[in-house]
Amino acid sequence: MPPSVPGAVILPFASLGDRSGGAGLKAGPWPTGLTAGGIGGPISEQGRPADRRILSLALPRLTIERRLRIGGQGDNVLLALTVPGPHGPVIQAATTVAEAAGALPGLRVVDARGACPALRVEEADPEGDARALGRLMLWARRWCPWTALEETGGPGLVLDVTGSAHLWGGEAALLTEIEGRLSDLGLTARLAIAPTRGSAWALARFAGPRAICGPGEVEAMTAPLPVRALRLSQDTALLLQRLGLKTVGDLLAVPRLPLARRFARAEPSDNPLLRLDQLTGRLPEPLHCPDDPPRFVARAVLSEPVQDPTPLLPALARELCAMLAAKGAGTRGLALAVYRSDGEVSGVEVATARATRDPIHLARLFEGKLDRLDPGFGFDLATLAATVPEPLDARQPGLDGRRDDGEDLARLVDRLSARFGPRALLRPAPRESHVPERAESWVPALGPSPGPVPPPPRPRPLRLFDPPEEVRVIYAVPEGPPAQFVWRRVTHRVARFAGPERIAPEWWRDPPGTRLRDYWRIEDQEGRRFWLYREGLPGDGRGGTPRWFMHGIFA
Amino acid sequence: MSHAEPSPTPVGDRPPTLCEVFATTAADGAATGFVLAQLGSRPGPVLWVQDRVSRREGGRPSARGLAAALGHPLDVLYLEVGRAVDVLWAMEEALGCAALSIVIGEVWGDPPALGFTATKRLAIRSEARGVAAWLLRRAAAPDLSAARERWRVSSQPALPHPDDPRTPGEALWLAELFRSRGRRTGIWVARRDTTTRRSAPDSPPMRETRSGSRTKDGPDRTGTILRLAARPGGFGSLGTQTGFAPDLRAVSDGSAVA
Repeated sequence: MPPSVPGAVILPFASLGDRSGGAGLKAGPWPTGLTAGGIGGPISEQGRPADRRILSLALPRLTIERRLRIGGQGDNVLLALTVPGPHGPVIQAATTVAEAAGALPGLRVVDARGACPALRVEEADPEGDARALGRLMLWARRWCPWTALEETGGPGLVLDVTGSAHLWGGEAALLTEIEGRLSDLGLTARLAIAPTRGSAWALARFAGPRAICGPGEVEAMTAPLPVRALRLSQDTALLLQRLGLKTVGDLLAVPRLPLARRFARAEPSDNPLLRLDQLTGRLPEPLHCPDDPPRFVARAVLSEPVQDPTPLLPALARELCAMLAAKGAGTRGLALAVYRSDGEVSGVEVATARATRDPIHLARLFEGKLDRLDPGFGFDLATLAATVPEPLDARQPGLDGRRDDGEDLARLVDRLSARFGPRALLRPAPRESHVPERAESWVPALGPSPGPVPPPPRPRPLRLFDPPEEVRVIYAVPEGPPAQFVWRRVTHRVARFAGPERIAPEWWRDPPGTRLRDYWRIEDQEGRRFWLYREGLPGDGRGGTPRWFMHGIFA
Repeated sequence: MSHAEPSPTPVGDRPPTLCEVFATTAADGAATGFVLAQLGSRPGPVLWVQDRVSRREGGRPSARGLAAALGHPLDVLYLEVGRAVDVLWAMEEALGCAALSIVIGEVWGDPPALGFTATKRLAIRSEARGVAAWLLRRAAAPDLSAARERWRVSSQPALPHPDDPRTPGEALWLAELFRSRGRRTGIWVARRDTTTRRSAPDSPPMRETRSGSRTKDGPDRTGTILRLAARPGGFGSLGTQTGFAPDLRAVSDGSAVA
């Protein structure tokens, strides 16, 4: 039992107060009632930290590894991810091959292309990375209950493994386990365990792999590390370098008073003395762990296996909606899982356009989808879970009894998307482009609405063929309008025409060699109006005789 | 000669119901344009349901094209389904939602699911909720149906462009109302009413015979809807109408003669 001081009491592992009320749901080998409040390392009478064990986890290549994993690619492609910089895009991360070829992070793309012309460049997705890291942080609670995001030094996590390492066979085994699990996910991780956050951070990033620092070894182990290991900014680290203080050990040897005076005006997060104290443990550094997101699951346990889950749905939906209402939440996704008596689990998922907790509506979304469940010899447990819970305040309907039109529409979107799949019901999302099919992009209606489509400045057909259909054309002049064309084995004689409207390829998107298009509005002898284009010009050096395509129909 | 028959009410101002439009050929945009012209001033998004064959043969509605045809921003929900029965299911479901302005369904051919019962259900639902439903049919025979109005629409040579007579200007359609509950059938030359351009009441008439051969008496037909073949036996009754609704105009006050 560690010593305790007033105000910061270390409790036995299993008797800590309840943190969120929902901790009992957490999967893992811990007793229920486990907590992870924002408890910092308490200071014992000697001014040394109590024996906390902090694991710092750095994911230096998260950005690129996540992209490669999404794309299903190996690490052997020349790929770099960029973020916008003041003078053009800057490389944020690159594959090892690309780095070896000269595309180093921090370099501008134009410079990197000089070293490596075949480099493929894509935009990074910082928000997606942050979301992935947040999910990883929650997932890491499989090893210990207290995990948080690291604020400095790139993507990383902090885990308070005090008292839980022995469950994984000791600290060394725990580090190996975490590293192995993350490498299964395709992530490179650098880890270290130390008594303080500062020292764990430093050792994970600047010491050898899987460093473990005992309670009394902090100063000895961190002394040879460079001053950057103190989580200081570039400028401060450079300043210390210039002062001749190159390692943490150098800084430790300096008397405290001059150091405090020299950096009296520095930001707390950039103050070497403060950071040094956090490293050694003179200054506590609390670990603030976000709560688990609430989980809403309704379950129906049956005494006898049944074949059809339909009669259970209304009661499950009512129970779930009562749980949601109690927390002031709604859901945008539902998952029904049935547990068969032979151990198989199968499920159905539905999504909604906006958060709701209407049991009748939610139950209706499963109509026609339950046939796909294979009940086998029957199932004896069914659960209905809210997969995307969101805060939802109660709304009052108007006094005239009419419901909100937007809500009506959202329900229609839900039902149609549930029945035909989320990719079937679409909304136009106009994009800035001159190429017609590119300007016409459609997104699932379940997502946020991009708003109404404004009228385009030039005439555009009511209907578009996707892909355009090739037509055989007779013309008087190769660059001119068609005189007659054969489309779908029907000959159309051109009575009147308008055009051409030239749409040049977008050089910033299209591959080299893409031909321009000359669009003609055509009216045939019967008055039908079409949109034809000729791809390319004769003798433009980008292929043979230009081909003609039917792209759309006017009213 | 003056016909005392009432001028047909433009479709857009009639209470919403189920109407059918038959396109004469698959690749004719007239039916689409005609349906779009019925989109009244009612706010709300358009739901457009299409089966797969219709999409392949007739193309997908283009959001920008629709907005261009209407001249104002448009909110569309587009649903592509596999079979005609799914189109009917989706339309029926959508007609329960009063937030929509119009529900347009496209069905290819004559599927057995699209029978009298199915259309009756759509019509009743549409009238109960006050959401107009339009069935756009291609390669289809006008069999038994409960649609309150049934049109056959094909393209006509467009009006000449005011600036360049060699280019097609505003689109004209030949719209035949061949079955209707509550009003007389007839044939019109229709165009989209842009309300800014009023038609000339004395525009030259057009003649229609039962066999469908048309002759044009005037040099042009600047922007009116001409009523032709007003009723059985009434060939050649034509005229112009001066009061216009915002979309389809009909002409029938009988000032002109055949």
